[in-house]
Amino acid sequence: MERAEIIETTKRFLSEEFEVDPNEIQAENNLHSTLDLDSLDYVDLVVVIEENLGFKPTGDDFKAIQSFNDFYDLVEQKLTVA
Amino acid sequence: MENRVVITGIGTYSCLGENTDAVLDSLRAGRSGIVFDESRKEFGYRSALTGFVKEPDLKPFLSRRERIGMHEPAMFAYMSTREALIQSNLDVDFLEKTETGIIFGNDSTAGAVIQTIDKVRERKDTTLIGSGDIFQNMNCTVNMNLSTIFKLKGINISMSAACASGSHAIGMGYLLIKQGLQDRVICGGAQEINVYAMASFDGLGAFSLNESDPTKASRPFDRDRDGLVPSGGSATVIVESLESALKRNAPILGEIIGYGFSSNGDHISNPNFDGQFRSLNMALKQANIDPKLVDYVNAHATSTPVGDTTEAQAIHSVFGSKVPVSSTKSMTGHECWMAGASEIAYSLMMMNNDFIAPNINFENPDEDSAKINIVPEYKEHKIDCFLSNSFGFGGTNSSLIIKKFIK
Repeated sequence: MERAEIIETTKRFLSEEFEVDPNEIQAENNLHSTLDLDSLDYVDLVVVIEENLGFKPTGDDFKAIQSFNDFYDLVEQKLTVA
Repeated sequence: MENRVVITGIGTYSCLGENTDAVLDSLRAGRSGIVFDESRKEFGYRSALTGFVKEPDLKPFLSRRERIGMHEPAMFAYMSTREALIQSNLDVDFLEKTETGIIFGNDSTAGAVIQTIDKVRERKDTTLIGSGDIFQNMNCTVNMNLSTIFKLKGINISMSAACASGSHAIGMGYLLIKQGLQDRVICGGAQEINVYAMASFDGLGAFSLNESDPTKASRPFDRDRDGLVPSGGSATVIVESLESALKRNAPILGEIIGYGFSSNGDHISNPNFDGQFRSLNMALKQANIDPKLVDYVNAHATSTPVGDTTEAQAIHSVFGSKVPVSSTKSMTGHECWMAGASEIAYSLMMMNNDFIAPNINFENPDEDSAKINIVPEYKEHKIDCFLSNSFGFGGTNSSLIIKKFIK
């Protein structure tokens, strides 16, 4: 999956699941605050990532992510390894 | 000193209407909410009859996090509770700063549990269930969701007592307030309506097979009744100390004066005259009134041959043959965990609008129903005091007595 497609796919499923404006999902924005995630929401984040991108991120993966850009890097890395 | 206990708000989300105004119209018109649901036949039900309520769209009212733990019981209960709180002049700002409890009747979450387990069967991985299902699956789902949404700070427990759940919820709220332990308790009952909820009950052969004419199928006390019709939704009753209600200048819809209860200690599904008789008399004793002062009895009568017969005998033994009686289940079907609360709401509507809702489809009495005064059509009637019965599987019985508030 090319990076542009990752960005488009991510924007679609995250805005649908967490009911945020898709325009708020920008590469440099903070993923956690933009999606307004509480401790339970990470469970749902894993579910939608698995459903849409085919892998399950770990707790350590999330700790390393600040911006959506970080998340796109993680997706690229996971899909490349797969 | 014991507190006087009043009702300051009601809300209904039922097959008779999605709010109290719509329900009041249906009660006056004797309108049935029963439909034929083809999907039940395909699923394997003996009877495809059911009361119907649609799933409410809660997106305009609640955030994703607030909605994600809700399945039918909590969704329906949110709708009825929202309406009751508005009528009672209560909002979240006030609830957050004061001590208000919640006791809600609910006795199943079959639809939610099966939906969750199906996900695990398919994915073989519990971490892919999602975060909301646990809060949908537990029997206290209504309490968990509503206490969080409305920021309640008082008693927070669910009432699981089969088809008397809603009635006992109100009774327990009444006792806590009477004893001065709470100022205000949100009471009610909720009942899921999906195809999974009632399959095992249908399997007992207890449901009406009069599928050719759904609105005629539920016929409590009628000689030709052939079983109950399942139904669902939610009803909420705001129970409050008189002192608190007056202080808030809240509307007062009635005063609870008696709560009787008993257990049959007998058969798990068959009704029992002695248990019902004891429940009725306990409520009257606590209310400290002569049975002649009761102007209306809202019967539990579900349209099963044995259940209605036993209740007719109990009512006749306690009240004689004059008190007007009707079963609103003739229109709603059996709202099960919700029924004890919804029937208080329906009866309050009657008391405050001077009428008795008809026991529709009562065309021919049997030997026992001929001995009591069943009201088959809409009747203008002044009600100052009514009694509502609720009986459930396992032999749990509840009777509530409510009168008009006089300062």
